[in-house]
Amino acid sequence: MLEIKNLHVKLEEDDKVILKGVDLTVEAGKVHAIMGPNGSGKSTLSYVLSGRDGYEVTDGSATLDGVELLEMEPEERAAAGLFLAFQYPVEIPGVGNMTFLRTAVNAQRKARGEAELSAGDFLKIVREKAKALKIDAEMMKRPVNVGFSGGEKKRNEILQMAMLEPKMCILDETDSGLDVDAMKLVADGVNALRSEGRAFLVITHYQRLLDHIKPDVVHIMADGRIIKTGGPELALEVENNGYANLLAEVQ
Amino acid sequence: MAVAQAKLDAAVARLAGLDLPQGGWSGGARADAVARLQAMGLPAKRDEYWRYTDPTTLTAATPVAAAPFDASDEAQLFDAIDRVRLVFVDGVFDPAQSDDPVAAGVELLSQAADIHWAQGLYGTLEARGQNPVARPLAALNTAAATEGVLIRVTGQVAKPIHLVYLQESDTSDAILHHCVKLEEGAELTLLESGPGAARFNQVLEVEVADGARFHHIRIQGRDHDRRLATHIFARLGAESLFKSFTLTANGVMTRNEAVLELTGDDAMAHIAGAALGNGDYHHDDTVFITHAAERCESRQVFKNVLRNGAVGVFQGKILVKPGAQKTDGYQISQCLLLDEAAQFLAKPELEIYADDVKCSHGSTSGAIDDTALYYLRSRGVPLRQAQSLLVLAFLAEAIDEIEDEGIAGEIRLRLEAWLSRQDG
Repeated sequence: MLEIKNLHVKLEEDDKVILKGVDLTVEAGKVHAIMGPNGSGKSTLSYVLSGRDGYEVTDGSATLDGVELLEMEPEERAAAGLFLAFQYPVEIPGVGNMTFLRTAVNAQRKARGEAELSAGDFLKIVREKAKALKIDAEMMKRPVNVGFSGGEKKRNEILQMAMLEPKMCILDETDSGLDVDAMKLVADGVNALRSEGRAFLVITHYQRLLDHIKPDVVHIMADGRIIKTGGPELALEVENNGYANLLAEVQ
Repeated sequence: MAVAQAKLDAAVARLAGLDLPQGGWSGGARADAVARLQAMGLPAKRDEYWRYTDPTTLTAATPVAAAPFDASDEAQLFDAIDRVRLVFVDGVFDPAQSDDPVAAGVELLSQAADIHWAQGLYGTLEARGQNPVARPLAALNTAAATEGVLIRVTGQVAKPIHLVYLQESDTSDAILHHCVKLEEGAELTLLESGPGAARFNQVLEVEVADGARFHHIRIQGRDHDRRLATHIFARLGAESLFKSFTLTANGVMTRNEAVLELTGDDAMAHIAGAALGNGDYHHDDTVFITHAAERCESRQVFKNVLRNGAVGVFQGKILVKPGAQKTDGYQISQCLLLDEAAQFLAKPELEIYADDVKCSHGSTSGAIDDTALYYLRSRGVPLRQAQSLLVLAFLAEAIDEIEDEGIAGEIRLRLEAWLSRQDG
């Protein structure tokens, strides 16, 4: 589904090279995890895939179902089925959460040539999905992420994911800032979305999220490259021994 | 001294060019206004409160020609509201297009009888508002106006009164003077849409007695070439409410002044504006709020969205007089600059002579938040739509000052339409 080949990326502003040849293939129906020390390029990878400004791709490609992502505008990537759950969800004062969600859902439907959801249908679906994530009506009325706790912001990201039904979901440190109960809630939300046609790329520092969202494949990223790929046991190894051994092994 | 003398000479010359009404119930007030104007002179660019706005086209003997604007691609404003429509064409009342003013309890300045209740109001609040800052265009208005409405409300008026300004002539030079008197406990909603003249000078004097409530919503429309100077003078009694919202979209020259005086305890005055400009556009909000009683609340909320060389000006002052304890004053002026050519000039002022007050003010200018834009786009919202959402979000605090949800909704739709037209 997602195929990244030899991806090289530098910051536009200060010429700093962040990604130095990332190769990664995520198949439909699978959950891949990327772990790695701070500054290894994990978040940059998620931003570049979703189309954030400030990065320059100097080499390589990233395709979703064979279509080149890197040429598209962020909204086109979203309509093509890519979704990034942000590490730091953005606060937008003045835009109601419900308005935001309906605008996004209908914009994507429109871009794909589908009929827009009526207000009634939308409300019915959103209520049901919000309930599962313990998001109350009050939270839907408030401006997007404004005054939300860390846990509420992350649950709100998962709600967006559930409403937009993307085929390729990238979760950037969704576990950061969450207590155990909130992590369980978020993980349940993600697991409910697992299906044959949908793939996940879970970026995390810690093994603990992977106890709840069981990965099929685990990649270790360091200094802008994937340095090792293995099964779920690789995450346990990192948890027990840290990254030092793995890094030494590669060098 | 030469500059000062030139201003005085200009005032005399300007007055000489007008056919000033004489006598009648308003004769005294008009004569006083002439004397005031002769003493203060016409505004000039050197004046403290005209430093950012060039008054030349507003004070000249004849207006710059402006073609009438065809707004027929949009539904008429406030059409969904059951209201009394009073139409002025080029600044002259047009009974054929209007509802019956008499049935609505409205009198016309052009027809008002000799002994008149408005004698104590016409020009009175304008005269009070000339100190400490001179407002010569308002004095000129009081001296010369022959058109306008006189509304005296004793209870609750069932229907809002809608003043519709239409333009037919390229060179129309309208001077309108409205007086509104809300007696104790009365309530009125006044709607305005226009302006409708190549040049438009308007004064609105509002006396809000104890416990009375005044709601004012006006839309200064899309007719870009017109030049406009408006003044609101209001005096608020105890526990009264004054709320005014103005939407300005387009306009080569707009100067909106408001002079509000809180004279009774526990009164509340809110004034808000949303202004959108593109290109050759100049918009100026000049506000002066005086707290002269205890426990009063005032809010000034002004939001500008500017692009492509448009200029926005805000001059807002809160004056808290000695003894006006427990005053709660709030002032915010903000500008969203959609490109680097736009300009926003802000001059917030606080002058406080009481020691137990709460006054806050803020002024910001900035671009659209790139991170918010990216977040919206990453969820599939196209660039233009995402920008519109963020512009509307920026304006929300001003629009929230409109109490009537239906009217607020209509204004949001107008804003969206304006924004989408800019993209074409």
